[in-house]
Amino acid sequence: MTHNSLEKITEVRQSVNNWRRYFSFSTDHKVIGVQYMVTTFIFFLIGGLLAMIIRAELITPELNVVDRPLYNGLFTMHGTIMIFLWIIPFNAGISNYLVPLMIGARDMAFPLLNAISFWIIPAASILLLSSFLLPNGTAQSGWWSYPPISLQIPPGQPFNGEFFWIVSLLLIGISSIMGAINFVTTIFWMRAPGMTFFRMPVFVWSVLSAQLLQLINLPSLTGALILLLFDLAFGTHFFKPLEGGDPIIYQHLFWFYSHPAVYIMALPAFGIFAEVLPAFSRNPLFGYRSLAIASLGIAVVSIFVWVHHMFTSATPGWMRMTFMVTSMLVAVPTGVKAFGWTATIWKSKLHLETPMLFAMGGAAMFIFGGITGVMLAAMPFDLHVHNTYFVVGHFHYIVFNTITMAIFAAIYFWFPKITGRMYAEGWGKLHFWLTFIPANITFFSMHPLGLQGMLRRVSSYDSQYQGWNIIASIGAFLLGASTLPFIANIVGSWLYGPKAVDNPWHASGLEWTTSSPPPPDNFEEIPIVKRPPYDYGNPKYSVIEPTDDNESGG
Amino acid sequence: MVRFFKYLLIAGYIAGLLVVSHWIGQQAFTWMPSEATAEAQKVDELFSFLVSIGTFIFLGLNSMMLYSVIFFRAPKEDYTEGHPSRGDVRLEILWTATPILLVVWIAFQGFNIYQQLNIIGLQQIVHLHTPLQSQRVYAAEISDVPKPASETIEVFVKQWDWSFCYANNVISHELHLPVNLTTRLNMHAKDVLHSFYVPEFRLQQYIVPGRNIDLVLTPIRTGKYHLKDSLFSGTYFALLDANVYVESPQKYNQWLNQTAAQEPTSATNQAVAEHNQPPKTWFKTSWYTVTPAPPYVITGKERVSNDT
Ligand code: HEM
Ligand SMILES: [Cu+2]
Repeated sequence: MTHNSLEKITEVRQSVNNWRRYFSFSTDHKVIGVQYMVTTFIFFLIGGLLAMIIRAELITPELNVVDRPLYNGLFTMHGTIMIFLWIIPFNAGISNYLVPLMIGARDMAFPLLNAISFWIIPAASILLLSSFLLPNGTAQSGWWSYPPISLQIPPGQPFNGEFFWIVSLLLIGISSIMGAINFVTTIFWMRAPGMTFFRMPVFVWSVLSAQLLQLINLPSLTGALILLLFDLAFGTHFFKPLEGGDPIIYQHLFWFYSHPAVYIMALPAFGIFAEVLPAFSRNPLFGYRSLAIASLGIAVVSIFVWVHHMFTSATPGWMRMTFMVTSMLVAVPTGVKAFGWTATIWKSKLHLETPMLFAMGGAAMFIFGGITGVMLAAMPFDLHVHNTYFVVGHFHYIVFNTITMAIFAAIYFWFPKITGRMYAEGWGKLHFWLTFIPANITFFSMHPLGLQGMLRRVSSYDSQYQGWNIIASIGAFLLGASTLPFIANIVGSWLYGPKAVDNPWHASGLEWTTSSPPPPDNFEEIPIVKRPPYDYGNPKYSVIEPTDDNESGG
Repeated sequence: MVRFFKYLLIAGYIAGLLVVSHWIGQQAFTWMPSEATAEAQKVDELFSFLVSIGTFIFLGLNSMMLYSVIFFRAPKEDYTEGHPSRGDVRLEILWTATPILLVVWIAFQGFNIYQQLNIIGLQQIVHLHTPLQSQRVYAAEISDVPKPASETIEVFVKQWDWSFCYANNVISHELHLPVNLTTRLNMHAKDVLHSFYVPEFRLQQYIVPGRNIDLVLTPIRTGKYHLKDSLFSGTYFALLDANVYVESPQKYNQWLNQTAAQEPTSATNQAVAEHNQPPKTWFKTSWYTVTPAPPYVITGKERVSNDT
């Protein structure tokens, strides 16, 4: 090794370890990935804080914590932030970090576009949050923003919360479309030699499926929002029923995106399960091909189910019937996934490290959320529980108990790769139990409430509902507290954690063959892929490697 | 011999699961408010069926996971493979076919029960409308097939007030329904979308301004219930409710006649009251709210126009 190249390596290493680059306009997909993930986590905390104020209000039947307009603003902002500033962009972040590494590429296809996609997010979110400072506050019509209620604005105020809400959502949509173009192009054209479609990890399959959904369905929301903006600000009548417009059309346009959005959020989570479960059970992913294809299957079916959010929206009987059947069909590919995960764990050698705890907990809770989902698809039952807490319980089993759990699994699993350091296992386990148990306390309680007829979005309620509400609120506060050990662990370990080896979990997958953290170009040399994915029966991953086994010092 | 016992054990386990699932499915009836319409009974039957199937799947898969956690743990440093099997075509076909069959079964039950509910007339289900036939098919009126009903009551809802107009032009803030008779509710919204919901009736129906929305139902149990707006309708959404009385036809007619003979009175309205005197809360904003419209005057002797 010449003196020159040594110098170069130190230079590169230094730039890798320079924290300032996380605050710069970097085009490195790894930096952008981390930027996304850290930024969105802050929004998770903000959204969680709002949720706790909501839950504080709901401890008693009467109104006593916030006034009604503020309550309405709180749940609107909570939902909007959690969906559009937490889960969807977090997934963009983790996918950004992992996809090029997993397919053996040096970067995303369009690095500059990638950086722009990210920087739109802080801009849009500042716009959204600043509406708290407006004289009439934030948008108050829920994250659906159904007209005509979303069009009821204070007269003579062009800059109102609803306006800010629409514009920031349009910006976030633009960011998502740019991201989707980037992901799809990268996955199609930038795979390393030998990385055929059926050697791609299921995580990459699920990102591909989710991003295709963004491309196909997001324009529908964009259109709806633009028309809504025109109605709001420029006096058009697209959705105003008393002026000949049709508010139901908005619902169709909205749900045509926002149902698939559920899978845009959930598919990467399924992908995370498919990476973590095999690594910690030392088994190949059972039925890899079916699981890969099921990702696409879920995406395709989910395009044709949006009316299940509108069963009671003056929807004719034939449409109710048709969409009941299509909605239930989603259970087939998701069922294939759930069975595949279970079979992967069956007869295995389980290691219950923190990522595995979160993945198994998330997978188990997904089964619950999936079952209540099929119940809701059974349209006559939905006629009873639509817009009640049963629905709120159901979708939180998906968005929190499944997707957010999967996100935590991913953070712990790839933490050594991303930071080059190990997290503290004991704190991780503490975090898991502090999350898993309260999450079930909180969100299970919502189901009996809904069956009893407690409506969502109410700021006060009949006293008969108080019991379960107290339980749900206690769970929610514990859930809020659970983020503290997580933050302590992540921050502390990032700064002072023990150095991580390249492949601490003895996992298969290309990202584990490069150094931790990976060099700027990801791989010293582009790998040539010769193995099937999830090669866990193979002796290479079955023995403990000497720690410097993969170090390629140039 | 060992193999035989294993299968016996598995069969016993599945039988146990079936028993437990069935039992929980029966419990499901008690999780909901009392059934006050013929429609509610059907919905509850469907729910119980769904709970049974759901319990079976949930317990089945999760007990496998739990079993794995207990019995398949690896020693700390043992990273050798568990069972390097990548798949099994027969198994995969089996577990693709299983959800398909279940879904067909559940959809069939749902279809069946929806037909029995018969809330908007069967015609619509049988004759598929295509966009060519009917211009506003996306927004088709719920009532394009009139269904026979012995009573028709006009329902008016606005921010934030329910009122009901009966056959003899009586307007009231209470919904009175004769028991065991089919009643048609002809529903109208004045400003934004609202939704008709009585938990004991198990039915929800959005009410869209400018559109004729019908709901046909048959109460079967006398008592007092609570009507709510289930679709978020703005600031005082939580206060938009009304009392519902299901009573014998005699009592119903008696009430109608009595009310018809009364002097007109103006009702109190929670939203209006709260708008004038907001309750004390820790956090207070001065954010904009739509001013609640004054409630309709309750009329007996003379009919007051609805459009005030
Ligand atoms: C951190 C724990 C969380 C708690 C305690 C919580 C609690 C709540 C509560 C009490 C509501 C109000 C229900 C209503 O009045 O309609 C709500 C609504 C909602 N939540 Fe969460 N939530 C949490 C996390 C999440 C996450 C991770 C998401 C991710 C997508 C999410 C998405 C939503 C949405 C979309 C709504 C509906 C808002 C609306 O009705 O417009 N929540 N949540
Ligand atoms: Cu949906």
